[in-house]
This record gives sequence, structure tokens and C-alpha cells, in this order.
Amino acid sequence: MKHEPIPRPAGDTRDHLIVIGNGMAGCRAVEELLARDPARYRVTIFGAEPLVNYNRIMLSPVLAGEKTFDEIVINGRDWYDGNGITLVSGDPIIAIDRDARTVTARSGIVMGYDRLLIATGSDPFIIPVPGKDLPGVISFRDMKDVEHMLAAANRGGSAVVIGGGLLGLEAAHGLSLRGMKVTVLHIMPTLMERQLDEAAGWLLKTALEARGQTILTGADTAAIVGEHHVEAVHLKDGTVIPADLVVMAVGIRPSVALAREAGLDVGRGIRVDDHMVTSDPAVLAVGECVEHDGQVYGLVAPLWDMCRALADGLTDAPSGYRPAATSTKLKVAGLDVFSAGDFSGGDGAEDIVLRDASRGIYKRLVVKDDRIVGAVLYGDTADGGWYFDLLRRGDSVAAIRDALIFGQAFASGGGVADPKAAVAALSDTAEICGCNGVTKGQIVSCIAKGAHSLDTVRATCKASASCGSCTGLVETLLALTLGDEVEAGPKTMCKCTSFGHDDVRREIVAQGMRSIPEVMQRLHWSTPDGCSSCRPALNYYLLCALPGEYVDDQQSRFVNERLHANIQKDGTYSVVPRMWGGLTSPKELRAIADVVEKFDAPMVKVTGGQRLDIFGIRKEDLPAVWADLNAAGMVSGHAYGKSLRTVKTCVGSEWCRFGTQDSTGLGVRIERATWGSWMPHKFKIAVSGCPRNCAEATIKDFGIVCVDSGYELHVGGNGGIKVRVTDLLCKVATEAEAMEMCAAFIQLYREEARYLERTAPWIERVGLAYVQSRLLPDVQARADLAARFVYSQSFSQDDPWAARVAGAEREHHAPMARFQPVGEMA
Amino acid sequence: MIGEWLDIGWADEIPVRGSRTVRVEGGDDIAVFRTGEGKVFALLDRCPHKHGRLSQGIVHGGAVACPLHNWRISLSTGEALGEDKGCTPVVPVKVSGGRVLICRASTLKAAA
Repeated sequence: MKHEPIPRPAGDTRDHLIVIGNGMAGCRAVEELLARDPARYRVTIFGAEPLVNYNRIMLSPVLAGEKTFDEIVINGRDWYDGNGITLVSGDPIIAIDRDARTVTARSGIVMGYDRLLIATGSDPFIIPVPGKDLPGVISFRDMKDVEHMLAAANRGGSAVVIGGGLLGLEAAHGLSLRGMKVTVLHIMPTLMERQLDEAAGWLLKTALEARGQTILTGADTAAIVGEHHVEAVHLKDGTVIPADLVVMAVGIRPSVALAREAGLDVGRGIRVDDHMVTSDPAVLAVGECVEHDGQVYGLVAPLWDMCRALADGLTDAPSGYRPAATSTKLKVAGLDVFSAGDFSGGDGAEDIVLRDASRGIYKRLVVKDDRIVGAVLYGDTADGGWYFDLLRRGDSVAAIRDALIFGQAFASGGGVADPKAAVAALSDTAEICGCNGVTKGQIVSCIAKGAHSLDTVRATCKASASCGSCTGLVETLLALTLGDEVEAGPKTMCKCTSFGHDDVRREIVAQGMRSIPEVMQRLHWSTPDGCSSCRPALNYYLLCALPGEYVDDQQSRFVNERLHANIQKDGTYSVVPRMWGGLTSPKELRAIADVVEKFDAPMVKVTGGQRLDIFGIRKEDLPAVWADLNAAGMVSGHAYGKSLRTVKTCVGSEWCRFGTQDSTGLGVRIERATWGSWMPHKFKIAVSGCPRNCAEATIKDFGIVCVDSGYELHVGGNGGIKVRVTDLLCKVATEAEAMEMCAAFIQLYREEARYLERTAPWIERVGLAYVQSRLLPDVQARADLAARFVYSQSFSQDDPWAARVAGAEREHHAPMARFQPVGEMA
Repeated sequence: MIGEWLDIGWADEIPVRGSRTVRVEGGDDIAVFRTGEGKVFALLDRCPHKHGRLSQGIVHGGAVACPLHNWRISLSTGEALGEDKGCTPVVPVKVSGGRVLICRASTLKAAA
């Protein structure tokens, strides 16, 4: 397209380059251009902020009081003047006329260009909640925001930072240093999830909390409230957090409004080619506002590469921008974190994980085909550069793999290290187990005295019995001392850990661990987020250890416990409403019949546990089915869970001519007391009214057989593959004693059995005498167990169906999208 | 105009270490997964073993454990891991601006 020549200053025949944006990318592009051909263009820069070019990344140190504004200026006035650049600051461009090749600033200035460079950067993303425009709600993007924060900090009070990414945490750190009480709200389960994996995110959270910040993850903001100024933030779960200042730092978006209005091709960012040219050959764009090959960038390294490609293109030596792998090395609130490449694992990728719980260090390398493809480091990032170098060059690490995780100094020192030889060379006084202060000499002598397995070493000299990080060293010592005579230790929980169930459980309680990532970090899990064996077990152990405090992790539960129904082989579900003690009523039966017809359930079956099981319900219909059953007063029967299943009864003394006690009434009362409790495995109870035992109480986990003189209590039975008849625990005289013993037995099983171990194998493992010794002689110990069960039950007797009917976790049921292919099937 | 990709929703609608499904009329559902590190994958919602719904399994690392018999299926290749043998079709997926896009052709194949 032809255009009219633009009037130029007399005597200046150079092309006029206008740069929109006086930030890091815009000015860097000009610097690169000047370095190549200082005389080529006449340059004018428009900036929205009334300031010279400064380093936006350094706003955090300014906020934290570590630097002044003058110290973060990249190019001062003299740079503009010395290079003949016209700076128009505090006057943003509001329109581009591409036909006339002019730009219009807010002040009314209209200026013609030959080439235009858009470097508008990005805008903070403001979450659309009520109150987002209240005074006192700000973002963290420019110097003006920092000044707002400093003024607020001077007044003191509470600050809420929404967003647990880098920017949010920097803001929180600065405000906290300046004396404000800071709460960080992060919608994701872990902090900085884009740069850090879960384990590192957890470490970061723990460290920030130790510095006095309150960090709420999984926190979804509902509204910001206040009359004339912000007063509080309300979360969707009902939490209210007082706030004198709210900083929104949830993310940034390329600033593209100007380019879009000018009719340029805009996707997520302004689309550019390899030479940073937009859909209009006279218009270029660079920095965070661009989209190159479908990608947008927020890190500084790629921006510098873009500026080089842009300057090459503008000086007729086109090179082209090629995105390179990027790494992030950051200091968040004084804590070192590093990540690079792809650390999401995936096929053929292997993890090498080093966790040093006592020093707060976590290192994870992702290796694929003998090459590093990703790295996450926390606490000690000294080797980040070396790993990133290996990653970028694609060097094979096969030769140094065993020592790789220990860093460059170790891996390349003295050729390839043989870990076995290194252990053999250690002196007898070398400390192997830091937690328990055990030396190599002590371990070797302990092995010589007959400890021929990892487990016996742990039991005798305590080496590797705490955090477990020296397990490999102890195993090497066993191998060095005994050769082939090493005995295999107890089964570990799964391949993710060297610990068995009992060790993990004991440490959870002893160290007061509170979350799955914490357990994995402290006990040196070898995988980033466990597996389908250990996650449900850890979730249960934490739930049992911290009733009312631990937040259940739904993604660590088997599908049946997540959906509160039983998955069937065709992918539909079966639903079992609770019928207390096996009793039902016309109202309940009608409601069940109505559900069967309404949802077209193909089968209804009477179960072995005296319930009705409705088959063939589709996942998306489950909430509606439960709503109908709830309306008739029925709750979930937990027929799906590692939990109390059913209390089966016979009719007892009320109707039966042989009945000795009210077995039905007792069964109902026991079920009312025990329903909803999570267990290591499923748990079944029965109450028979006489020794004829019609309720089959002697093949249940806990069975009561009523006799004239009281109640026989039986434990550890089950049907199933291998039928086991119960052992007689004891006999009691009253119903109250039977109920207390039941609660105490359940709690003992809950606290001590391994996950997925039913009462039968548990009792065979520990012995009936042990169980009796915990429950019978010491009245107080029994009462304590029962009291712990009752306390735990006070948190677990919520009907999960009712919560789902009310809309909780709707995403478990509804498909994300539906597609109906139209006319394309031919 | 009909594109190559179908937009199915926001990535953060999929629970971390969880899954959502896409219903395809006349065919198998597609299971869309989000890993602990926020990566999104899509597979036909059918285990190669006994056709269990993979969307209902436990997601760990880059794999999902089938809820029926605990087969581990790679999210990136659909191959059964460990001793088991079998493969579930992969549906190409990408995330753009926070939106999840799945391959149109593969989606249609699921319905065929």
C-alpha cells in the first residue's frame, strides 16, 4: 500500500521509528538497534509511566527496602539525550492509524512513523470478583503500585495478597518485611505450581509460614468487601480475612488492546514472525505483548533474544528468533528455587530425587534417554546452572548418572565415583545416620552381631530409622559386610519408599506430619507424587492421626470413595442406601422403588449385609439419585468404602422365641455410633440375638452373640476368599460395655492395622493376646481408645451424599463438554 | 469455519491429579487428565484390559491407575506400563491461553 511521505525535521532524512512502551523490552530493542547502526533511525519512545526506563524485575527489592528507585534505573535521561532519542513519558499512545502511519497520544500529539514498534508489555489480570475496584485493591506491576504498597505499609494493618506465584510471594515478602500482617491466597493446591513441583511448593510454603506469613492454598476468592475502602476478603468456603490492602497478583496478560483496535493480527498476544514483524510489515512488536509460534513469554531471557532478532531485522541482517529452553532461578523471599525444562515426567522419563529433610533441600532431575530434560531444585540451587547446561546441550549423562544428583563437584570429581567403593573407604567414625548419630563402625558391629537385614539394623542401632535418607548407605554396608547373606527386609509400602507401613505411620505421628507432600518430603519419597498404592494409604493415615484437622485429598482416594458409589464393570455405579441394622420402612422402600423406575435401574438386589443395592446408575445421575433418597431420610450406606459397611442383625428378643436380648435395637445403636468412620479396610459388624447366630456374627470383623447372661464379643472374622471364624475377645454383661468395647476395638484397629489389612490378617499378625492386652486389663486405656473413636466420629458423620446433592464437587459428575458429530460420519 | 481443534473448557476445571470426561455421542468418552504438575493429557476413556473408565482412576506422575484392576496406563502414550500389555488411543491435546483443545479428527474417530 502506498502512503504519503511523512514530514520530517529539516535535514533529517532518516526513517522515523516510534516505540510504544518505555519498558524493558522497548528500550532493550532500541539499545540493540543502536549497537548495530546508531545512525539508521530517528527514534521516539512513548511511555505511559512518567519515568525513565527502569528494571521492572527489581520492583520487589524496592518494595522490600533493599533498593531505591534510582538503583533500578536501566537508562537515565542522559541515555536518551546522548543517543538523540525523544522520550515522551506519562503520555500513553491511544490509537494507531496504519493507513496514515500515525500514532495519537492521550495528550493529542499525532506523530508519523516509518516503522512502529509495539512494546506494550502486559497487564495484570484482575479476577472479576465483586469489590475488585474498591480503593485499596491494587496490582503489582509498576512503580505506582509499589508506592501504594509503601503508603499502606506505613499505616500498618493487614494485607491480603491474592496469588501465590512469584509476583504474589514477592509482594507478600516485601509487605511482611515492612510490618504488615500478610495472608497469601492461592487458588492452586501448591505455591508457584508453574515453576515448582508439589514437593518444592510445599517446602516453600512451610518456610514462608515459619516467617510469619499465613498461606492459604486452594483458596478461592468470592468477594472483596468494604464500604469506602477495602475492609476484608471473603473466600468461597466462607472464610473472612480482614484486609487494609489487597494486592492482586494472579497473573499477567499480553497488553494487546491497542494492536487489536488497529486491526493487527492478535491471538493471545500480537502475532509476530521470526523477525518480530506483525501482520503489517511496517509494524513490529516485541516483549511480553507478542505471540510467537503460539507462545507468549513472561521471562526476561526470551525477551532479550527477541530484541536481538528484531534489531537484526531492522538493520537488514535478519537472523530470526528461535525460542530456547528457559530456566528460572529465583530467590523468593530469600529462599532459593530453580526450575528448568519439562519436569512433568511422562513416558520414558525417570526421576532422580534427593530429599534432605533436615536441611530443607529438595532436588529432582527428570532424565529421559540418558539426557536431563527437566530439573527442580529447592534450598540448594548451586548446581542449577550446570544442570541447565547439560539440559540445553543434550549431553548424555549415562556415565555420571549415579552421582548426578549430588552436583557437579561430586559427579565430576575424580572420574566416575563408585558409590560402593566410596562407602567402603569411609572411616569407622564417619557418621552415617545424622538423625540418630550412628557411625559406620557402630553399624558394622551391629551387623556383625547378627543384624542381617535393614529392619534389624533399624531396630538395634536405629540407623536409617528416622528420616530414612541414609537407607541406601546402610544397605551398602550390609552388602559390604555380609555379601549375599543379606536378608530381605519387611515389605516396603510401595516402590516409592524404602519404609514399611508401620514405619511411615509411626513417623507421621512422631513428627506431627500434616499433609501428603510433607510425608513424602520428610520420609524421602523417591517419586514426585507417589502412586496409587501409597497415596490412599497416606491419606488414611493422616486422616486417622488428625481427626477434624486433616483435609481429605479426594484425588488420593479410589473412585468408589470419591463418588460414594460402587463402580461396576460397565462403568455404571451401584448405590446402597443405609438401612440401620437392616431395618427399613414403607417410606424408604417406596423411595427406592421410585428411584429404580425413574432412573431405569436394570437391577435391584438384596445384599449379604441386609441392604438393597440399586445397579446401573450413571455417574451423572448419582447426585439426583441421592437427592431422592435423602428426601426419604436415607443416607449413604458406605457400601463402597474402606469404612464401616453394615451392621447385620437378627430379630432378637422382640420377636424371636429364642432371642435373649434386643439384638436389633443394639445393632441399630451400634450402626448409628460407627457409621461414616474410615478404616484401614472394610469393616462389618453383626449382632445375633442368641447362639443360633442367624446374623452370622462369627464371620464378621466385630460380632456380638447375645446370651442370657450378657454379650459375647467376637473379633477378626471374615467371609471372602479365605473364611476365618472370629476369636472370642471377651464376654460383657451390659449393652453399654458391649458398645464401649466395640468402639475401643475399632479405634485400635484404625490406629494400628496397615492400610488394606482387614481385621483377620491383622489379628493373625499381632495375635489375639496382644489385642486383648490392649483392651481388657486397663480400663482407662480402653476408655481412652473409645473416646478417641467418639472424637473422630464427631467429624466423620456427615452424609457425603447430602453434600454432593447440595452441589459440592460437581465436577466429579458432570462431563466437561459434549460433542455430537454432525454430518461428518460419512 | 471448522477448525482442527475443539475447545472443551478451562484447564483449571480439571482437578489436579484428576480427570474430567468429554462425552462424544455415539462413541466412547474421552478422558482429559491434569497431572500434579498441571500438564494436560487426553485418552480414550477405556482401559485396554477390561474397558475400565480411566477417568475414574488415580493419577500419579505421568500415569493413571485403572479403577477396575489397577493397570497403569501412560498418559502420554496410552501404553500399559510394567508387565501389562495393551494400548489406549491417545487424543492429541493442547492448552492455549488456559483453554483445553482436543484434536477434532481423533474426537470424531472416537465416535466412529
